[in-house]
Amino acid sequence: MIGIVDYRAGNLTSVARALESLHEKWVITDDSEKLDAASHIIFPGVGAAGAAMANLRERGLDGQLQKWVRQGKPVLGICLGTQVIFERSEEGDTPCLGIVSGTVRRFPAGLEAGGERLKIPHMGWNRVAFRKGHPVFADVPEGAEFYFVHSYYPAPADEGSAAGWTEYGIRFCSAVAKENLVAVQFHPEKSGRPGLAILANFCRWGGRYAQ
Amino acid sequence: MLSKRIIPCLDVRAGKLTKGVKFQGNIDIGDPVEAARVYYEQGADEIVFYDITASAEGRDIMIDVVRRVAETIFIPFSVGGGIRTVEDMRRVILAGAEKVSVNTEAVKNPRLIAEGAEAFGNQCIVLGMDVRKNAADPGLPSGYEMVIHGGRTATGIDALWWAKEAEQLGAGEICLNSIDADGTQEGYELDLTELISDAVGIPVIASGGAGKPEHLLDVLTRGRADAALIASMVHYRTYTVPEIKAFLHGHGVRVRREW
Repeated sequence: MIGIVDYRAGNLTSVARALESLHEKWVITDDSEKLDAASHIIFPGVGAAGAAMANLRERGLDGQLQKWVRQGKPVLGICLGTQVIFERSEEGDTPCLGIVSGTVRRFPAGLEAGGERLKIPHMGWNRVAFRKGHPVFADVPEGAEFYFVHSYYPAPADEGSAAGWTEYGIRFCSAVAKENLVAVQFHPEKSGRPGLAILANFCRWGGRYAQ
Repeated sequence: MLSKRIIPCLDVRAGKLTKGVKFQGNIDIGDPVEAARVYYEQGADEIVFYDITASAEGRDIMIDVVRRVAETIFIPFSVGGGIRTVEDMRRVILAGAEKVSVNTEAVKNPRLIAEGAEAFGNQCIVLGMDVRKNAADPGLPSGYEMVIHGGRTATGIDALWWAKEAEQLGAGEICLNSIDADGTQEGYELDLTELISDAVGIPVIASGGAGKPEHLLDVLTRGRADAALIASMVHYRTYTVPEIKAFLHGHGVRVRREW
């Protein structure tokens, strides 16, 4: 059973539908007992960091997430879920969970590439250069693209916890991997077959990764 | 760098496609869910649905269509048509759409954009603009006028002003349809697209006039659009999505080619 953490941060059903298409059982809940019983945790989210942290605290899920990561349960962060695992976000200068050291930064204004002004949010399909050898990102075809919608990006303090990079005027960390935790800035549930492949890999993953 | 998005547009009335979509062997598909599935498998980057149903009963059918589409395709899709309130938006989003688009209702009630953005985030709110050239009216500095009710009603509102205003109100994207070019298959309105795309900081989807891949090349380069809406040219099987993408790639436009 895959536990999808419900903390009122956007519509979580698209993740559930993607799991359904992979024939995985899932539960969307904020009940930490039910999530304790899940083999894997998916921590999605869309919206603002401040509201997300407030909702997590209100439900006592901030401590639970830290516990699941410590226990070695496979955890997958998606989009805002990925951002709040860092120490702090520039969005509203919000203190976050601090599971991974580093901050979440806003894309600087006036980004350009090839003479073209880049728009913020970074919205649409872009490539991810994954670090080789992580089981969750295995078999992603070369040149595959993923669907992004965000104005802030993760900036891990330790380059070693970055597992994927994307170019958008700057090169930013779009995937994070640390022991039993993986986290992606893009939406695997909305990224066609390569996205579904990552979700399928995650559901089969035991949470072990030797860096 | 982002890839330019190629977006098939499907018109739905009471749960059925209004124009059939022809696929292999010229089989006519009237089911929007099945058409969405085929375009998803062809590598469309997003799908746009326009619900042209007028009745409340028809809108319930559309919610069921949205739910079934969300179970079938795993790319973003938007739904427009008949969305008058935040509650209408909520129903469509909870049924599985990423985005909702508002057009006539936003012109009549601009606060709908702000309220929708507040409730669901800017990225969820697409402003649909139907625009007609009108160089004669001094009240329209850009020479382009907003029209509503599917092109039947002129508003006297300047299109460039409205695009900027909607961005300020919280629209996350603009789907810009030229009434003059719509249905001609003779190419997008490039001047209009460039004007709006340069004036706003949010992505612009060009719409109206696509007949061949060269038209997409023009609007994605000279017109500075971030995405291009297509309809007849794929629905009638004149071209497939992969053919269009291969053409664009061959002319140096970055498109998503691995799916």
